[in-house]
Parts: sequence; structure tokens; C-alpha cells
Amino acid sequence: MSNVFRAEGLGKTYPGVRANDDVSFAVEAGEIHALLGENGAGKSTLVKMIYGLVRPDEGQMALLGAPYAPHDPRAARAAGVAMVFQHFSLFDAMTVAENVALGMENPPPQPELSRRIADLSQGYGLPLNPARRIAALSAGERQRVEILRCLLQNPRLLIMDEPTSVLTPQEAEILFATLRQLAEAGTAILYISHKLEEIRSHCDRATILRQGKVVGTVDPRAHSARELAAMMVGAEMRLVDRSGRKPAAPVLQVRGLSTAGGEGVALKEVALTLRSGEILGIGGVAGNGQEELLSALSGETPTAPGTIALEGRDLSRAGPEARRRAGLLAAPEDRLGHAAVPEFSLAENTLLTAGARQNLIRRGLIDRKAATDFAQQVIRAFDVRTPGPDTAAGALSGGNLQKFVIGREVLGRPRVLVVNQPTWGVDAGAAAAIRQALLDLAAQGAGLIVISQDLDELLELSDRFCALNQGRLSAPRPTEGLTIEEIGLMLGGAHGMEVAHVPA
Amino acid sequence: MFRLEPRASAPLLWQVATPVLAVLATMIVGGCLFAAMGFDPVAAIRTIFWDPLFGPTAAYSRPQLLVKAGPLILIASGLALGFRAGIWNIGAEGQYIIGAICGAAVALAAYPMDAFWIFPAMILAGAAGGWAWGMVPAVLRNWFGASEILVSLMLVYVAQRIAAWMAFGPMKNPEGFNFPGSRNLQQYEAASNPDLIANSGLHWGGVAAVLALAATWFVMSRHVLGFHIRTAGAAPRAARFAGVRPERLVALCLGVSGALAGLAGLFEVAGPAGQITESFGSGYGFTAIIVAFLGRLHPLGILLAGLLLALTYIGGELAQMMLNLPAATVQVFQGMLLFFLLGFDILTRYRIRRRA
Repeated sequence: MSNVFRAEGLGKTYPGVRANDDVSFAVEAGEIHALLGENGAGKSTLVKMIYGLVRPDEGQMALLGAPYAPHDPRAARAAGVAMVFQHFSLFDAMTVAENVALGMENPPPQPELSRRIADLSQGYGLPLNPARRIAALSAGERQRVEILRCLLQNPRLLIMDEPTSVLTPQEAEILFATLRQLAEAGTAILYISHKLEEIRSHCDRATILRQGKVVGTVDPRAHSARELAAMMVGAEMRLVDRSGRKPAAPVLQVRGLSTAGGEGVALKEVALTLRSGEILGIGGVAGNGQEELLSALSGETPTAPGTIALEGRDLSRAGPEARRRAGLLAAPEDRLGHAAVPEFSLAENTLLTAGARQNLIRRGLIDRKAATDFAQQVIRAFDVRTPGPDTAAGALSGGNLQKFVIGREVLGRPRVLVVNQPTWGVDAGAAAAIRQALLDLAAQGAGLIVISQDLDELLELSDRFCALNQGRLSAPRPTEGLTIEEIGLMLGGAHGMEVAHVPA
Repeated sequence: MFRLEPRASAPLLWQVATPVLAVLATMIVGGCLFAAMGFDPVAAIRTIFWDPLFGPTAAYSRPQLLVKAGPLILIASGLALGFRAGIWNIGAEGQYIIGAICGAAVALAAYPMDAFWIFPAMILAGAAGGWAWGMVPAVLRNWFGASEILVSLMLVYVAQRIAAWMAFGPMKNPEGFNFPGSRNLQQYEAASNPDLIANSGLHWGGVAAVLALAATWFVMSRHVLGFHIRTAGAAPRAARFAGVRPERLVALCLGVSGALAGLAGLFEVAGPAGQITESFGSGYGFTAIIVAFLGRLHPLGILLAGLLLALTYIGGELAQMMLNLPAATVQVFQGMLLFFLLGFDILTRYRIRRRA
């Protein structure tokens, strides 16, 4: 085997941050090489240097044995490096072939291009009709367009940035089959992810980054997920403690909850019963009603009478503040602009939801000192890394702000807490702390609804699992004994996976 | 080449510095403009910005400063509430006119009675009139999603026509030799709003402006309502999550800013203006928008900006008399001020970097 790509001592410094430090590794022809690391470990910077978006401060790169120093992505593509980004750049109103043509320097005539797309997609087991409009495609199919766009350039090195985050497990399997086929044809694949299980089952080697430095390049199959995680965080992973929970009397009853769709997805006759001390996990591909469900439960979206009852009390006509007073708390997915105001200090952000429960607002008057003290309390209890309560929320890293947002609700002693994507974009250490806090809260007798797209997280936390598909909630199943395949089928809904709805 | 780089946060220094820079740039460009028109730029700028305060006629123009700044500050402090929440009341001029008409109506109906309650009743009527005129765009936005910007602006022209109708019709002074315009309230003691200290320029409107500044400062910094207003402006979804009902905020902000503009109109018609005429609206409602932004929507800033804009009014008039500068000078100056302010504002959110 020969090196397709080699990095020697790459370094990049941003103001105040050493993003990459003496990074050396090599990707060989025919291998799927994982790049593994927490958020902020330097994966993105490294990949941007390889793709010509950022220039390294020091060190060299070599592609196919020749020195390689791309000025821009165009030069990188010309040299044989292609990249599939996490977020797609496709025009909804245009067809597959038109979108592919837009990304090419000298596109061939449409009929010829369509034929090449069809041939290529058949060859790699990625069925795709070149004449279809992007708007009609699922996330998995959109990703295929991006991949085909890359394959048309005959890349020697293909970079995939967290490609499975938008896919159902079945769609991910199709993707891996394609990647394997590509690798066997001699393409080197650099695969970026922090999902340990999929790296262990599909990648040949893994280079692990921590704080901008290479920890090592290992065979992921020879290590357990825990060992890989430990290398990533540089410490033993804390195992979450699920003990001490006994589901008891029902605390939350939701019956026949439907909402008008508007711009999002309409909820259709959602029903669930949540018991005290229980964690109910709700999975689903993004855009199937997760946000809408949280908004309906938090009271942001008005709900019809008789649909939501907390410990027997009908709350369906109450607004967010009245529901919070009653003990129904929520933490939305979007930290900046929904769960918190980026421009406001942490102390001010406590006022968003904790005003009444923490006695920070009395008769309409804000007690600033109490707000600062409560913010300090959240910071201490949840190990939020920040200079203090006066720091603007927007200045915190994603993981730290998430700890703050979750901590603010957990310390509110909720009867029921609804969280959406509690550990999205959060590094492994912080994620473990957040999950443990949620488990502890349930152990103290609160009922929790955890909405997430991270199936491992749902399996780790929840007692029962249901899937949200196009605004419909499936019947719950006990998590114990549930396999990933069964979950995948639940997520796809009754119609099979291809229709799993993904918004533009 | 230069490029703009977003800042992590808006430094206080730049927030304070940009209004000052805008004023300086207005002076410089204004001076160039005057030079191009054949006037002495230094003399013109001095006449506008210096003479009203310290020139030979300052004894006359200094009280005028308070007369002009009062309504500007009163209106701007109300507008700033809505602007903080992202609710754009552009029609304060109309609310000012309607407030004046409603207040004057009470006085004219009571004429020539002499009773202590007449002036307080006029104040209530003025505030109610401005409130009602402000609630029209609020209701249309809440019920039909109509843009409050357009509706409030267009209602200004309706209010101006109503003022003309009043001056020629129902409110015309029966003893006025058929001239258009109402009775002069300055000559009706129970309804007049004279200087509290003779020749100081300070009438009840100035007192109301200071009270309004204090009240809005308290609400914005200490009360949960102000917190909700700021949240709605900074992150509307977070505001809804916190339990803010957007429709209520729209009604509240447009209603309060309308009421304050109506009050300004009432104090003007009962005081310096004296009567309802066809051209009662003199642009305070629009200039107050500049005052609010120049003052960074902050009570202290609004106080300073109100005084500065009042200065341009008086200085502009002085320049017309002394140097024969055109009457549009004031509007050009005020327009440039807002233009430069918005332009320099970019420096609070971005820094300029030389491209590598």
C-alpha cells in the first residue's frame, strides 16, 4: 500500500488558540481512515487545510508523493481531493443533474452528464434519477448527489465530514457499502466523525486528535468504544449510572395532541404517558416534528384543551410561564436564540425561564443579585467553563452553554423536563455530565422526555423509546432488548426508510 | 484592500464613539456642502452649532432649546421602547397631531369656563388620542399581519389631513375673522401651558419628558417588562419561550409610544404653538426617530441627542436669518446625521482589517 496523502508536522494558530500542533499522519490507498476527536479537537481545521480553505502556518503535505499546498478548494479539487460537507449545498428547485453541473468547471452537455450520473450511481449502488428535483429527495438521497458530484472528479482522496448525522441507520449502511466499494477501487477516504461505534465497525484505521495534537493512529477494531473515547478525552470516560430509578405514578398525560403545521411539521394525534422517575426517549430524523413537539409541550405553541395534563391538572391552555410554575420545564435544541439570548449575560439568561421558580422576579421587579447568584449556582453545579455570570451567553462554547441551559432547568426542580438534543454538538466529557444530570433528575422522581437524534444516547438514557415520523409518534417500546435495526424501522415509519421526511 | 471582520461583542467605547463621529462627519460634510453653495463653511457651522448657545442672540435661543428638545425627548423615549423590541413606530408625527387635536378639543369644548380640571383633562385626552392612533397599526399588525412601519407612516398623512380639516372646519376660531386655525389656547388661562419659570423655555412638556426618561429607564433596566422587550428584540424565539406574547408587546409598545407622542402634541398645542393649524405637525415625530437612534435607545443618550437635534433646529433657523442659508438646511443636516450614524454603526459590530 502506498500513501495517497501525508501530513508532516502541520500547525495552525488562531488568535488565542493552537488549533493544530505538529499533526502528522498518512492516509493510504484503499483504506477508510477515520479522523476522530471531540468538538474543538482540531478536526475541522485539519480538514480545511487539506481542502485548501485554510493555509497551514507550518508543516508540509504531500499528495501521491508530490508536495501539496492548495491555495483554494479549486486547486485541491484539481489535485484530486474532494470533500462532502456535513451541510449540503444544493439548490432545491433544480434537478440532480443541474446541481451537479453547477459544481463543475466545464460541465458536459446535460444528456451526457445525466448518463454519466446514472452510470456512476448504478455502479456504486447509489440509485439516483438525474432528472429529479432536489426538493423531492430525502437527506440520504441529497447526500448521494453530493457524493456523486465528488466522484465525477475521480478523486484520489475523498473527505467525508460527519456524513451519517443526517441518516437513518439503514441509509448509513448503504453509505458504508458505497465507501467500501470506493476504497476497494483505490480511493483513499478520510472519514470524520465522533460516533465511536460506526468507526469501530467500518473504518480500517483511526487517527485520534486531542487539543490539536495527534494522540495516535490505531486500529479501531482492536479497541473498545470506551478505550477510543478515553483516548479522545484523555481520561477514563465516566460511565453513566442508571441505578436508583423506579418508574412510579404517571406525571404527564398527552392525548390527541395535534398542531397546525405552518412552516414546520404538523403534529398528528400525539399521545404519551410519562411516569415519575422515567425517561422516555423520542428518536427520529431531524425535521419530523421534534421542535414542534417541544414547543407544544413548553407552551410556545397553543394547544387544544384537554390535550396536556400534568399530574391530573389540565395545562393545555396555559402559556409557557404558567406551565413552568406548575413544574413542566423544557430545554429547546437551539441554544443561541431560543434557549438563550446570545447578547445577554448568563445572569440575564437565567431570567428567561427561572424568574418565578427561583424567585428572581418578584412583582415584576428583577432581583439582579439573585439572578447573578443563581447563574453562579448553575455554573458551579454544572462545571460551566466561563469567567463568570456577567459573560455573554454567545461567548461560551457550545458545550458550556448547553451545560448552562440544561443546568438552569435541572436546578428548577421540574416535575417534568422535556429536552431536545441535550448533547448536540457537545464534547464527550460534557455530554456524559449532562446525561448523568438527566439520569439523576429522574432518580429524584421527575419524569423526563429526551428528544434526540443520537440513538446511542437514547439507548443509554431511556427506559422506553418511541419514534417521531412526520409528526406522528409511534407507540413506546421498552428500550431493553431493542436493537438498532428495529429502531431504524421505527424511525422510517410504516412506509419504509426512503420517505423519512427531511426538510430543505 | 480592507475587509470587515465581525466583533464578538459591541465594545462600549464604539457605542459611545459612533454618535460623536456621526456628528463630526455631519459637520464636515455639511461644511463642504455649504462651501460648494458659495457660503463660508466655518461661519455656517458656527452659526448652527455655536451661536445658539453662546452667540450674541443666545439669550433668546437658549430657552428655545428646551422648547424644541422637550417634545423630541418625550416622543423618542416612547419610540425607543418599541425599537428595542423590534417594533417600528414610524408614525409618531401622526400620533403627535392627533394627541394635540384631542387635547385641544377638550379645551375648546370647555371654553370659556375656568376650572382646575381642564388642563389635567386635556393631558388625559392628548395621551388617549395618541394612544388610539398608535393602536391602529398595532391592531392591524396583530389581526392581519400588516406592517406597522407602513401603516403608522401612512397614518401620519391621514392625521395631517384631519388637522387641516379641524383648522378650516370644526375647530375654526369663531372670533378669528374667518382665518383658518383654532382659538389660541395661550390666551385661555385654564387650558394654557406657559413657561413654568418665565422665559426659561421649560413648560410641562419638559417636565413630562424628564419623567418619561426616568420611567423608561426604570422599566428597561429593572422591570421584567423591559427584560421582555429587550429579549423580543434580540431573540424573538427566546422571548416566546420565556412566555412573552408578541401581540401584547406590539400593542403595548405602539400604544405607549403613541400616548407619549400624543402628550408631546398636547403640550405643544397648549404651549408654544397655541392653536391647531393646518401645518401643526412640524416634523418632531420624525426627528424623534433620529433622536432615539442617535441616543442609542438609552435614556441618557436620548436626553443628549434631543438637545443636539434641538440645536440643529434653532441653529438652522439662525443660519437662515443671518446667512440666508436655504430652509432645507435643517432637514439636510438631520438626514445626514442619521445617515452617518447608521454608517458608522457598522464599526460597533465589525472591525476593519487590512486584507492580507
